[in-house]
Amino acid sequence: MHLAYPAVLSALLFCTGLYGVLARRNAILVLMSVELMLNAVNLNLVAFDVWLSKAARDTLHSGQALTLFTIAIAAAEIGIGLAIVLAVYRNRGTSDIDRLRDSAEGHESDGPEGDAPTTDQTGKAEATA
Amino acid sequence: MTTTTLAVLVPLLPFLGAAAGLLLGRTAPGFVRPLAVLPTLASFVLAVLVAVRQGGDQAVDAHTELTPTGSVPVELALHIDGFAALVAVLVGVVASCVQIYSTGYLRDDPRYPSYAALVSLFTSAMLLVVYSGDLIVLLVGWEIMGICSYFLVGHYWETPEARAASIKAFLVTKLGDVPFLIGLFALATDTGSFRITKVLGAVASGGLHHPTLIALLLLAGVAGKSAQFPLHTWLPDAMAGPTPVSALIHAATMVAAGVYFVARLLPVFEASSAAMVVLAVMAAVTMLGSGLAALAQDDIKRVLAYSTIGQLGYMTGALAVGDRGAAVFHLLSHGAFKALLFLAAGVIIHAAGTNSLAAMSRMGNLRDRVPDAFWTMTVALLALAAIPPFSGFFSKDAVLGAAEHVATGYTEHAPGTAGWITLVAGLITAALTAAYATRLWLLAFRGQGTEAPDHGRQPLTMTAVLWVLAVPSLALGGFAYRSLPDWFDGRDLAPTLTTSVLGTGVALIGGIVTYAAWRHSTAAAARVPLGAVAAHPEGDAGLVEAEAIATHAPAYGDVASAPDPADPGRLLLGPLHRHAAVGFHLDAVYAALFVRPVLAGASLVRFLDREVVETYVRGAGALPRLLGAAVRRAQTGNVQTYVSALLAGTVVLAVAAVLVATGA
Repeated sequence: MHLAYPAVLSALLFCTGLYGVLARRNAILVLMSVELMLNAVNLNLVAFDVWLSKAARDTLHSGQALTLFTIAIAAAEIGIGLAIVLAVYRNRGTSDIDRLRDSAEGHESDGPEGDAPTTDQTGKAEATA
Repeated sequence: MTTTTLAVLVPLLPFLGAAAGLLLGRTAPGFVRPLAVLPTLASFVLAVLVAVRQGGDQAVDAHTELTPTGSVPVELALHIDGFAALVAVLVGVVASCVQIYSTGYLRDDPRYPSYAALVSLFTSAMLLVVYSGDLIVLLVGWEIMGICSYFLVGHYWETPEARAASIKAFLVTKLGDVPFLIGLFALATDTGSFRITKVLGAVASGGLHHPTLIALLLLAGVAGKSAQFPLHTWLPDAMAGPTPVSALIHAATMVAAGVYFVARLLPVFEASSAAMVVLAVMAAVTMLGSGLAALAQDDIKRVLAYSTIGQLGYMTGALAVGDRGAAVFHLLSHGAFKALLFLAAGVIIHAAGTNSLAAMSRMGNLRDRVPDAFWTMTVALLALAAIPPFSGFFSKDAVLGAAEHVATGYTEHAPGTAGWITLVAGLITAALTAAYATRLWLLAFRGQGTEAPDHGRQPLTMTAVLWVLAVPSLALGGFAYRSLPDWFDGRDLAPTLTTSVLGTGVALIGGIVTYAAWRHSTAAAARVPLGAVAAHPEGDAGLVEAEAIATHAPAYGDVASAPDPADPGRLLLGPLHRHAAVGFHLDAVYAALFVRPVLAGASLVRFLDREVVETYVRGAGALPRLLGAAVRRAQTGNVQTYVSALLAGTVVLAVAAVLVATGA
């Protein structure tokens, strides 16, 4: 199989993921898009590993080893990511990224749901902890 | 032990006592009193031993160079001649009495440990000045005394008077000390040594190139330390300190250091006749002004302070006519009777609960409350007024005799003008001295009115030392004037007929006139009620005094004078009284000449700093602030925006890398 096929596929996957990260508003979908990007990279790694080992320049298969590492780390990352999203959702009642703008310059509470007191309390709780 | 070892121990013991007192004051309060009294007493005994061994013969000289210090060597040197030996004995006596007295006077004072340690340190510094044979070592003691004086005057730092007085004392004496230091350097440059013996040798062989300049520079320091016009203004204010401190520092020893210094280096001053005339004029102005001012003061201690200034004027007058024997003779007798006067005044202030003479003159029977203070103070005042046969008569007459000697043409070193100035001023001051001494005695002990409050007997430690000091006040002059010339330069100190008749005569006139004025004005006493009295008369003496000082200004409107029509001084001085009470407005002159320009300069600097310098600093800060505000706008809080920016940056970098790699 020519190297072009997996490379193009991986580029498409990566672009899809990138689009998802940049455009999606739901945090879970953003995380899923991140997975897509990671897997695009994995695909690239495996494909190039095979291509390089065919040319007998690399016999260690470090590409495949790195892929395994990436999968393990991606699993851990998605676990933590989903946990954070869950916590945010419980706290705010939303997982919309556009409404989680607490780090904005000159941030004031957005929305009339009374988010600000909650955030303030969490902030205080964190500060005291 | 050799005499040198003994002499080294004399200043060392109080120093060690002071160090131990400061270290142990908190942890072992029981040791504080012994540590204060015993080293001082021991050093007094050693000073007596040194004096006996020295015996007025050849001066004891010893020196060692600790380390090379560059051009002119600084050596640890002793130079003990008759002057040094006797002055050290005086310092020992007065310091021991003061330490013993303080144990009673400040017995409930929480700051007694540091107070006693500072008095010990002060004693040690004074003894260092007395014994030192090297001018720089002398200067060390000189400055330590200055700082100890600052701390001790400010002992009652709760009161604003004491705080102001301590700062004033420090600044005014420093004003003299700066020229003094320059003068010492100039002297050392001319003579090539800081050792007193070598300096005097060089002067004798005519090695002094700028005698007038050096003498005048040194005189500035002497005027500051010895409270001579025009740098005397700190001394009356320094009476805000505790009475024992006034007795030790501001009467008997520290202020005498300046006189003693001139006595040691008299040939340097004699090398310039202009300096001698300046010295004489300074002494005359000081004597007359302080005599008049003393007559107008209401605070008993301020009367004594002005009297100290006047008596120091006699000493500088004696130096101006080139007779250091007479000057140091008066220093010795004055040290004894003035210490006694102050200590007795402390007892009176404690008993009366006030430091105001106007208030005391409205208390009947004060004399029976404090019989020890009454009798000893009478002796001391007679000595101060130079009535024969008290010690002050002999020493003051030695001064007047020396002045007359020079005035009538026997000029060896001193110019005849200096003789006349000193003689005339001295005689007038003798009358003034007797007048204010009489006034003090009449107002304090012949008061009429309600009974003085009785708060029990004075502590034995306070009354016993009065009698100890009464002995030299009574008898030092009469017994010593024959033997003292052997210790000094050998010049006769016996009273001469002319000056003794004249001096005693004017003193009697002064006393009698004051008595007459008192009889005349005392009828008015009943019209004005009793003024300031301390709030806690049963407290220890130090507390009573602090309260008395603090209540004087609210009660009478001024710390120095009181509007008392029964005051004989008011009648005697007439329209001059108003000016004399405030020390002839010298403080106002200083305020106009120095204080206000300095304050104006300070506000100018403040303006420059606040308005000019800070504008640049603010400007430098404003630009980054603006930039920061612009950059902060990018912080939208939307993570996706950040990632988009990241992506755009990555693409730009990648394109750039590709372009560079392909060489386009």
